[in-house]
Amino acid sequence: MSAASDVGYHAQRHARWHYGEVAFWLIVLACGFVFPSRYLIMTDIVRLALFAMSLDLILGYAGIVSLGHAAFFGVGAYVAGLLALHGIINEPVIALVVAGLAAMVLGFATSFLVIRGVDLTRLMVTLGIALLLEALAERFSNITGGTDGLQGIEMQPIFGMLAFDMFGKTGFFYSLAVLFLLFLLARRIVHSPFGLSLRAIKNNPLRAAAIGIPVNRRLIAIYTLAAFYAGIAGALFTQTTAIASLDVFAFERSADLMLVLVIGGTGYLYGGLIGAVVFRMLQEWFSTITPQYWQFWIGLVLVVIVLAGRQRLHRWVLFVPNLVIKQIAGRKAVVAVPEGDA
Amino acid sequence: MTAILTNLFDGVAYGMLLFVLACGLAVTLGLMNFVNLAHGAFAMTGGYICAVLVNQQGWPFFAALPLAFVSAAVIGIALERTLYRHLYARSHLDQVLFTIGLTFMSVAAVDYVMGSSRVFINLPAALQGQFDLFGVGIGRYRLMIIIICGLLTIALQLVLAKTRFGSRLRAAVDDPRAASGLGINVPQVFAFTFAFGCGLAGLGGALSAEILGLDPYFPLKFMIYFLIVVTVGGSSSITGPFLASLLLGIGDVAGKYYVPKMGPFVIYTMMIVILIWRPNGLFGRAAAR
Repeated sequence: MSAASDVGYHAQRHARWHYGEVAFWLIVLACGFVFPSRYLIMTDIVRLALFAMSLDLILGYAGIVSLGHAAFFGVGAYVAGLLALHGIINEPVIALVVAGLAAMVLGFATSFLVIRGVDLTRLMVTLGIALLLEALAERFSNITGGTDGLQGIEMQPIFGMLAFDMFGKTGFFYSLAVLFLLFLLARRIVHSPFGLSLRAIKNNPLRAAAIGIPVNRRLIAIYTLAAFYAGIAGALFTQTTAIASLDVFAFERSADLMLVLVIGGTGYLYGGLIGAVVFRMLQEWFSTITPQYWQFWIGLVLVVIVLAGRQRLHRWVLFVPNLVIKQIAGRKAVVAVPEGDA
Repeated sequence: MTAILTNLFDGVAYGMLLFVLACGLAVTLGLMNFVNLAHGAFAMTGGYICAVLVNQQGWPFFAALPLAFVSAAVIGIALERTLYRHLYARSHLDQVLFTIGLTFMSVAAVDYVMGSSRVFINLPAALQGQFDLFGVGIGRYRLMIIIICGLLTIALQLVLAKTRFGSRLRAAVDDPRAASGLGINVPQVFAFTFAFGCGLAGLGGALSAEILGLDPYFPLKFMIYFLIVVTVGGSSSITGPFLASLLLGIGDVAGKYYVPKMGPFVIYTMMIVILIWRPNGLFGRAAAR
C-alpha cells in the first residue's frame, strides 16, 4: 500500500461514525427526557459545549492560541439580543444565523490581525480585541444598555410554533438541535482534506507551506468559521436566557473556556462537549462548597492539570474505559485522545 | 497650559509606576520567553502586605515598602523553584493556562482573607496633598513615585549594563546553551531575576494602592496593562518597556482627562495598531528566537 493511499485509508477510517459516537448522542438526547427539572443547567452545558467546540476548531486543529474568544460570543449575544429587542428579526432561527454571521464578519476582519506574529502577539491581539469590544459596549450604552445590559428581551416562538417556556424545555432542545447540526458540520469539515491540512499547519507551518498548503488562507478560513460558531453560541445564550450583559465579553469567559477544552482535551471534537459537562459539574460542586470562592478551586484545577501534564491526565482517565473495552471487545484502546496538543 | 503640565506630570508618575510593576514581566516574558499572566498577583501580594503592616501593625510607610519588595520576592522565588521552573520548556498554551490558574487562585484567596472591598494605605502626612510649582499642581505622593521609580530605573540600567550579574543575565538570555557552556549557572540567574522582578512588582503594588486602587481583582484588571507595556516596549532592553510605560501612562491619563467617554478604548486601539505595525514591539529588535 502506498503512503498516499495509506493516509487516505486512515483518514477515512477516522471519519466513519463509531458506535461510541452514536451512543454518546443518544445519551445526550436521553438526558433531556430523564432530567426534566434540570433544563436550565443542561442548556447552559450545551451552550458551553458549542462555544468550546468553536475554540477547539482554532486551538485544537489549527493551533491558534486565543485569549479573547469571548469577543465573538459577545457579538453574537448582543446581535441576537438587539434583533429580538427591536423586533427586527422575530424568527429565532434566522436571528441566530444572522448573529452568527455578524460574529463571522468580525472574525474575518480580525483574522488578518491574528495570523500575523507568533503565539504571544496572538494572545495579546485576541485579548485586546475582546477588551476593546467590552469597552465599546460600555461606551455605547444607548445601544447596548451599558452595565445594565439588554433587558426585556422577549423571544418569539421558533418557526412560529414552539414557544420558549419558563422551564427551559424548548430552549434545551433548541440548543441541542443547533449543537448537533453544527457538530455534524464541524465533523465533516475536520475530516475533509481541508481539516487535514489544518492539522498539517498546526504541526509545522513551514513544512505545510512547503508542500503547497496556503497557510494563511486556511487559517483565515478556520478562524472565521470558529467565530461563526462562537457567535451562534452567544446568540443561543441571549435567546435562552433573554439577557445580554457586558460580562459576555469578560476575560473570565475566555479563560474558563480554555479550562473546558483542557479538561476535555483538544484536537477532537468531543473534547469540548465532554469538557463542558465536567467543567459545569465541577463549578456547581465548588460553588456548593464555597459559594463565593469557587474560582480558587477552578484555578487549582488548572494548575494541577498543567503540572500533571494534559496528555498523561487523559491517559489516566481513559485507563478504565479502555481496559473494559479491551476485555469485552478484545480490541486495543478504542477511546484515545489524539496525540499532539497545541 | 498648567492643566496640561499637571496632566503630563500625573501621566509620568503613572507611567513610572507601570514600569516598576511591569519590568519584572518584561524579563520573564521577553527574556525568558515565559508567559506569566500571574505577574499582577505578585504586585497585589506586595500591596496587601504593605497595607496590613501600615494599617494594622502601625509600621511607618517607608519601612513597609522594602518589606513589600522582600516578601513578594520571597514568594516569587519559592514559586519559581517549586512550580514555574517545570514549565519553562512547555508550550505557551500550558504556561498561559497555568498562570491563569494561579491568578484565579490568588484572586479568590485574597478575597477570602482580606475581603473584596478596596484597600487604602494610610499615608504619612508629608505625602498628602499637593504644592504649586510655578503654578503647576504637583502631588507630593506622585512626586515621590517619580523619584523612587526614577532611581530604580537608573539602578536597573546600571546593574544590567555595568555589573557582572548584568552581563551574565544578558548572556543567558542571548543564548542559554552557550552561556551554560561558559560556566554560567543559567537556572540560578533566571531564578534570581524572576525573584527580583516579583519583588519590584510587589513594591509597585504597594506604591500603586493609592493611584490604581488595590482590590482582589487587581491581577485581572491590570494584566492587560502589564502585557501592553512589555509587548509594545519590546524586550531587548529595559529602555523599551520604560518608554512604553511612559507613553501608556501619559496616554491613559490624557485620554481619561480629555476624552473621558472613550475610556480605555484609546489604549487598546493603540496597542493593536502597534502590534500589527510592529509585531516585535515599538522598540524591539527582530525576534532572536
